[in-house]
Amino acid sequence: MNPAWSVVVFTTAAGAGQGVVLALLWAQWVGASLATGTLRSALAVALVLQALGLAASFLHLGHPQRAWRAVLMWRTSWLSREVIVLPMFMAATGAWLWHGAPLGLVSECLMFALALLLWYCTAMIYACLRFVQEWAHGLTRMHFIFTGAASGAVVALAVVALAGEAAAVRALALWAAALLLVAWAVRVAMLRRNAALKPRSTSQSATGLPQAKLVQQHMGMTGGSFNTREFFHGASRLALSRVRWALHGLAYGLPLVCVLAGLYMGALWPWLLGCLSLVPGLLAERWLFFAQARHPQNVYYQLVS
Amino acid sequence: MSAVEQTLAKQLALVIDLDVCVGCHACVTSCKQWNTSGAAGPLADDDAYGNTPSGTFFNRVQTWEAGEYPATETVHLPKSCLHCQDPPCVPVCPTGASYKRKQDGIVLVDYDKCIGCKYCSWACPYGAREFDEERQVMTKCTLCVDRIHDAKLAPEDRKPACVMACPTGARLFGDVNDPGSEVSIAIAERGGYELMPEWETKPANRYLPRRVKGPQA
Repeated sequence: MNPAWSVVVFTTAAGAGQGVVLALLWAQWVGASLATGTLRSALAVALVLQALGLAASFLHLGHPQRAWRAVLMWRTSWLSREVIVLPMFMAATGAWLWHGAPLGLVSECLMFALALLLWYCTAMIYACLRFVQEWAHGLTRMHFIFTGAASGAVVALAVVALAGEAAAVRALALWAAALLLVAWAVRVAMLRRNAALKPRSTSQSATGLPQAKLVQQHMGMTGGSFNTREFFHGASRLALSRVRWALHGLAYGLPLVCVLAGLYMGALWPWLLGCLSLVPGLLAERWLFFAQARHPQNVYYQLVS
Repeated sequence: MSAVEQTLAKQLALVIDLDVCVGCHACVTSCKQWNTSGAAGPLADDDAYGNTPSGTFFNRVQTWEAGEYPATETVHLPKSCLHCQDPPCVPVCPTGASYKRKQDGIVLVDYDKCIGCKYCSWACPYGAREFDEERQVMTKCTLCVDRIHDAKLAPEDRKPACVMACPTGARLFGDVNDPGSEVSIAIAERGGYELMPEWETKPANRYLPRRVKGPQA
C-alpha cells in the first residue's frame, strides 16, 4: 500500500492518547496517586493527542463535511465502529479532566474497556481484510494495543516526571518498560511473519490463465491510475531498510533505554528524550505497517513494481 | 450480509470471452463516453492530451503474454468490477454509500453519501474501484444501470455500453442466476471461471477460457 500520512498520524497519535489514559489508570491502581494538577496536565496531553489524530483523520477524507454519515454502518463496518468509539473515548477523557480526581472503580474499568475497544476497532479495520495477508492476523490487534499503550505510557511518564511525582514516576517507568518490551516483541514477530508470507494470489489465479509463465505486457493505461498510485509505496529497498532501522531504534529501542536510564539516573532528560524519539519512531513504524502490506490487486499491475 | 446475497433471484453480470477479445479497447472508450455523460459522471480526465494522462475509468483492458516461446499466446484481459455475489467492499463502507442492489445484484456507489475514505478500494482484491480525483468520491462499473433498465430504449439496446461496442462479440450480458440465460449456458458450455477464486468473493462476472489450439494442440 501507499501509506497515507493522514492515517499514519491518526493511528499513532490517537493510539498514544489512549495509552496515556491507560497509564494514568495503572498509576491509580498501583496506589501511586497523582496531584490534581498533574492528572489534569496528563489528561490534557491525552486529549490533545486524540484531537490531533481526529483532525488528521478528517484530512484523509474526500468529503469531510459528510463525515457524520460514517457512524451509520456500525453493524458491518469496523471503520464505522471506530468513528463511534473515538468521540466516546474523547468525551470520557474530557470528563475525567473536568473531574480532576480519581474516578470510582466502575468508571475506571469502563475507561479501560473503552480504550481497549478503540484499539480493537482500529486494528480490525486492517485485520478484517482477509486478502491483505500482512494484516489479516491476530498480531495486528496485539500490535495496535501494545504499541499504543507503550507509547502513551512513555508520554505519561514524561508528564508525571516533569511534575516531580516520585512515586508515580517509578510505577509508570516499570509499566512503560514492560509495555515497550512486549510491543517490540509483537512488532518483531510481525516483521518476521511478513518476511515469510507467500502471497496466495498469483498471476495464474488473477487471470485464470493456466500457463506457468505469464508476463504482463500492458496494464491498461499509460499514465498511471488510482490502482498504481494508491497501492504502491514506490520507496527503494534502501529506504525501506532505513525505515526498519528507525522502527527498531526510535519507536522501541531508544525509548526503552531512555525509560530505564531515567529510572537509574533519576534524571529528567532521558524521559523527555524517549518521548521525542517516539515521534519519528512511530511515524516510521506505522508507515512501514502500511508499506509492507502487499495488496492482491498489485498482481494486476506488475509493470509498476 | 452474505446470506441475503446468496438468495438473490437475479444477478446481472458480464461474461467475457478471452478467445474472442482482440484488445481493441472499444469497451474502455465506450464505457468512458457513456458513464462520463450519464448518471455516473463526469469522470475525471487529468492531463488527457499530455504526457501523463490519468483519469477515472470503470473498465480497462490489460495484455498478458502466456507460455514459453515459441508456444506463447497474447491474451487480452478486460477488467472491471465483477459484481461479486459476496462483495467484500460493501460491508466495510462506513456510510452505506456502497451497496449491492437486491433486484439485480449490481454493486453501486451512492456518490452523495460517499465520504471519500477509500476503504472500499482497499477491501476489493481485484482493484476494481477507482477514486475520482476531481469529485473526491469512489467510483466503479455500474453495469450501465442507467441504460439497461431504460424503457425508452429499444430492448436490444438495453445492454451495457461495453457490450454494445465490442466489435467481436466478446462480451455477453445477462442474468447468471438464471440457468437458461445466454450467459449461464456460455459459462456451462465453455467452463467459465472466476478471477481470484481463492478469496471466495463469488464474482458474478466470469471469463471464458481460450480454446487450446495452434502449437499446443
